[in-house]
Amino acid sequence: DTQEKETITPERAEEAKLKAKYPNLGQKPGGSDFLMKRLQKGQKYFDSGDYNMAKAKMKNKQLPSAGPDKNLVTGDHIPTPQDLPQRKSSLVTSKLAG
Amino acid sequence: FLGAGGGNDIQWCFSQVKGAVDDDVAEADIISTVEFNHSGELLATGDKGGRVVIFQQEQENKTQSHSRGEYNVYSTFQSHEPEFDYLKSLEIEEKINKIRWLPQKNAAQFLLSTNDKTIKLWKISERDKRPEGYNLKEEDGRYRDPTTVTTLRVPVFRPMDLMVEASPRRIFANAHTYHINSISINSDYETYLSADDLRINLWHLEITDRSFNIVDIKPANMEELTEVITAAEFHPNSCNTFVYSSSKGTIRLCDMRASALCDRHSKLFEEPEDPSNRSFFSEIISSISDVKFSHSGRYMMTRDYLSVKIWDLNMENRPVETYQVHEYLRSKLCSLYENDCIFDKFECCWNGSDRQVIFHRTVTFFLPPLCSIVMTGSYNNFFRMFDRNTKRDITLEASRENNKPRTVLKPRKVCASGKRKKDEISVDSLDFNKKILHTAWHPKENIIAVATTNNLYIFQDKMN
Repeated sequence: DTQEKETITPERAEEAKLKAKYPNLGQKPGGSDFLMKRLQKGQKYFDSGDYNMAKAKMKNKQLPSAGPDKNLVTGDHIPTPQDLPQRKSSLVTSKLAG
Repeated sequence: FLGAGGGNDIQWCFSQVKGAVDDDVAEADIISTVEFNHSGELLATGDKGGRVVIFQQEQENKTQSHSRGEYNVYSTFQSHEPEFDYLKSLEIEEKINKIRWLPQKNAAQFLLSTNDKTIKLWKISERDKRPEGYNLKEEDGRYRDPTTVTTLRVPVFRPMDLMVEASPRRIFANAHTYHINSISINSDYETYLSADDLRINLWHLEITDRSFNIVDIKPANMEELTEVITAAEFHPNSCNTFVYSSSKGTIRLCDMRASALCDRHSKLFEEPEDPSNRSFFSEIISSISDVKFSHSGRYMMTRDYLSVKIWDLNMENRPVETYQVHEYLRSKLCSLYENDCIFDKFECCWNGSDRQVIFHRTVTFFLPPLCSIVMTGSYNNFFRMFDRNTKRDITLEASRENNKPRTVLKPRKVCASGKRKKDEISVDSLDFNKKILHTAWHPKENIIAVATTNNLYIFQDKMN
């Protein structure tokens, strides 16, 4: 009798909800599939070419187009590190520093 | 609540907020780690874009005893860049998982920053002088024709505007097959550990081409994989001791003197589970997302999805204290699983180790440092603090609406069920996209840094 009156814990109720939605959910809750997915995290690409193409597309979206550099030092003498224009950062500075 | 009175209760006030106001958050701007250095003067953040931003506390204005120094940008640099793992055809994210500061030994500052695969030692140094007056070089760097030099002068250092430079001094690469989740500097200040899902490696700060594997839980057959390493930390005082936590809610303490490979733990901390309460979610929510030793090393704190637990290193069979962060989420686990929030990794931190000072008449009492308050984040940009002594807790919100400096933050309350009172927020109204995963407490003062998705909030104690 007391068993019939037993209340379901909130966790068990949630579990029932989940199983109702996804009846094929694995038997092992925290089991291998789950952990394997964690170990594998990260976007998979077909190959390095695919990856570089994707990156190039992203970069083009981010940067404004760069015009010709007016401060080029040429002809006069062998440039020293101080002569050369500052390397443009390929990635945008953090907004926390802005 | 904390702040409702009493000698040592802290009244938190808004101090500063860093970052963009706009709601459209670029992925690169998502803050992924926050860490004060050992003096608290510097505050570092890492983000998903692989960048590190370091803030410096301004020197206190001695006449203005009401406010402590503000934090302003000191240095920013690109720590990691995205790479491609050719073997697995996977991208290696540039996201900074952890930053750890080295104690300061000279004028320069050093920190370790890591992404999933590579740890880097960065040197941050100041330059406020530059040499001028060379004989063979013009000021712009061009060389002079030696035949035009008629007199000689001695080059001198002249002051210049402060420049802060960051340079990578060591790169510790190729030692992790899986994703690095933790780095921890040893109390010997010479070695550090890095932990990934299945292995922990020991490094010497000076040596980049060698690393010792000290823990390996990879099973011979990957089908038998049942748990992964989620966090690891060295003991603050014993240089031979470290702990690592797992996805199953256990913590193992290892002693490096016992053997070269610490696969057998010295202690195993695990709270027994009530089998009648077991559900599909049990293991997932028991996964420990952070572990932190107390300053004395006598206790450690762990964070799992719903709670913070304090463990006494002398007692393995259960925690000595458990604090519920957001128990009302237990009846929302189904949707939290569906939207992946159940896998969010919250961190936790102790209050700073300032000595308590009590003035009584003409006598000053110095009490030993206490780890008496724990802080951790939640959803809806809420964060929670638990006072271990008074057993009181408080929920605060990091929001630009609470922007008035020196106004004490209003405590928040979530209404779990039933009739919602005025000023309470119901569980269903919580914004699960606004998560506070990373918080840090100044090592010496009551100043805290709280990271929302892309903003960094700094709160401080209202000084009397």
